[in-house]
Amino acid sequence: MAAEDFLSGVELISPAEFAKQKIKSMQDYILLSAQALANLFRRPLYIADILQQADSIGVGSLSITVLAGTFTGAVLAMNSASTLERFGSLSLIAQLVSVGMVRQLGPVITGLMVAGRNASGMASELGSMVVTEQIDAMRALGTDPLKKLVTPRIVSTTVMLFFLTILSDLFGLLGGSAVATLLLGLDFRQYWTDAWQILAFADVFTGLIQPVFYGFVIASVGCYYGMSTTGGTQGVGRSTTQAVVTSSVLILAVDAFLTRALTLLLGFR
Amino acid sequence: MSLFSSSLASEPRKEASNDAIVFENVELSFEDNAVLDRISFHLPHGQTKAIFGVAGSGKSTILKLALGLLKPDSGNIFVLGEDITQLKEDELSHLRSRIGIVFQESALFDSLNVRDNVAFRLLEENKTPAGQIESSVREALSFVELENTMNMLPSELSGGMRRRVAIARAIITKPEVLLYDSPTGGLDPITSTNIVELIVKQRDVYKTSSLLVTHRLQDAFVMATHSFDKASGHMKHLPAGSKTEVPMSFLILKDGKVIFDGDAHELAHSQDAYIKKYLS
Repeated sequence: MAAEDFLSGVELISPAEFAKQKIKSMQDYILLSAQALANLFRRPLYIADILQQADSIGVGSLSITVLAGTFTGAVLAMNSASTLERFGSLSLIAQLVSVGMVRQLGPVITGLMVAGRNASGMASELGSMVVTEQIDAMRALGTDPLKKLVTPRIVSTTVMLFFLTILSDLFGLLGGSAVATLLLGLDFRQYWTDAWQILAFADVFTGLIQPVFYGFVIASVGCYYGMSTTGGTQGVGRSTTQAVVTSSVLILAVDAFLTRALTLLLGFR
Repeated sequence: MSLFSSSLASEPRKEASNDAIVFENVELSFEDNAVLDRISFHLPHGQTKAIFGVAGSGKSTILKLALGLLKPDSGNIFVLGEDITQLKEDELSHLRSRIGIVFQESALFDSLNVRDNVAFRLLEENKTPAGQIESSVREALSFVELENTMNMLPSELSGGMRRRVAIARAIITKPEVLLYDSPTGGLDPITSTNIVELIVKQRDVYKTSSLLVTHRLQDAFVMATHSFDKASGHMKHLPAGSKTEVPMSFLILKDGKVIFDGDAHELAHSQDAYIKKYLS
């Protein structure tokens, strides 16, 4: 294939233009997020839409959260077992699973799962509305799409991810306990006592503050890509992919910064 | 142009005039592509103006500008006396309650049934009692002869029915201005004629000012040569040699510029080579 044929559909842009586009995208994202948050203090609040989204995002993500949490806890227990056994510390498995799940894995795995399911859903739903002029129609009919579509999704995702994370932590511990008792022969009661007693305020606080940030990231990124969709159905597909990739990477990036900030704030062991 | 931008508005300028819509030297470009180049025209109250032009000539853009969905790069746009280039988004929302629009592909909300689509504005405003909303929806749907589709979803309707529901949604608040974006595009001749009849009915019975974007010259000429007869409930051809004036005018765009703005008679007798070719 000739080079010109290969490049015929490729648009080449200068590095300066590329940087300008990225900065503009970031500016639009920040503006959308800020306006969506400011809408929390303006009427109407669209309570029915918030509840509907909470059902769709929260209840709809229950099964994947429970399954992901359970298997993460189980795998964590299995992988840790061999290492702990070498040092004769197999009894510490409950503490390890408990702190690992509650402080880090529960929130991150739940965030990634919900991002995969819901950031893509939001981007494709809103993207389809953009390309079929439903967003324009909404504005033409006097309704602010950010207020009706974006703010309820951000509120619902943030609130529901908090509760989903608690569930994920619980099922992670259950998965760990199944491995500990059924495969490793540890005492079930001892496992739960150890798992409970090891948790300090800092662990729980760290684990429960993260989903608030991740929920905001998932919904705002999903909505941003949806509302910025151009280029018909192909554009909707592109937005969906970008929303999942960006929100997943952002969750991990926010995790890194948050961990550092909380370490400084709470003074971890 | 940013999707989320809002204008830094000063006090909006008002202009008292007999015109429902005025465009003054409006310019708009997307990146380096000039879509509209110093466009000026006016739409008197009660008149319907058909806008023609080849694909990509900026016809639909004019409607979006008139509704404030897009902001021009320069120039002024007055709608119902308000300079909408100076209005903030929430001020525009208020003005939009006096304007109805029918989008090219209907743009019905696919997750809502016909009743909720048509009642959308009233439900959102939350000012109208439920019983009155119901009767308004029935009235609007009966105008387009689709009363029996109330509980159907847009996906269950044909293209022509969706277009008629979109008209019902646009007229439910009895707007002072209506904007039609290719309302007959892609429809069969019989359905197109039904839609044209609805537009003529809206023009002649309710005296609504309208901008009509269309590719179909024959639709606009039907509208220019017919008036709505309330007695029969159908539009009727004006008698030959009739002096009755239909409030209808034509605007033709070429390369982002207005090359014709006048009535059917002036259009038919234009000597412009491009217009002659377009009409043929």
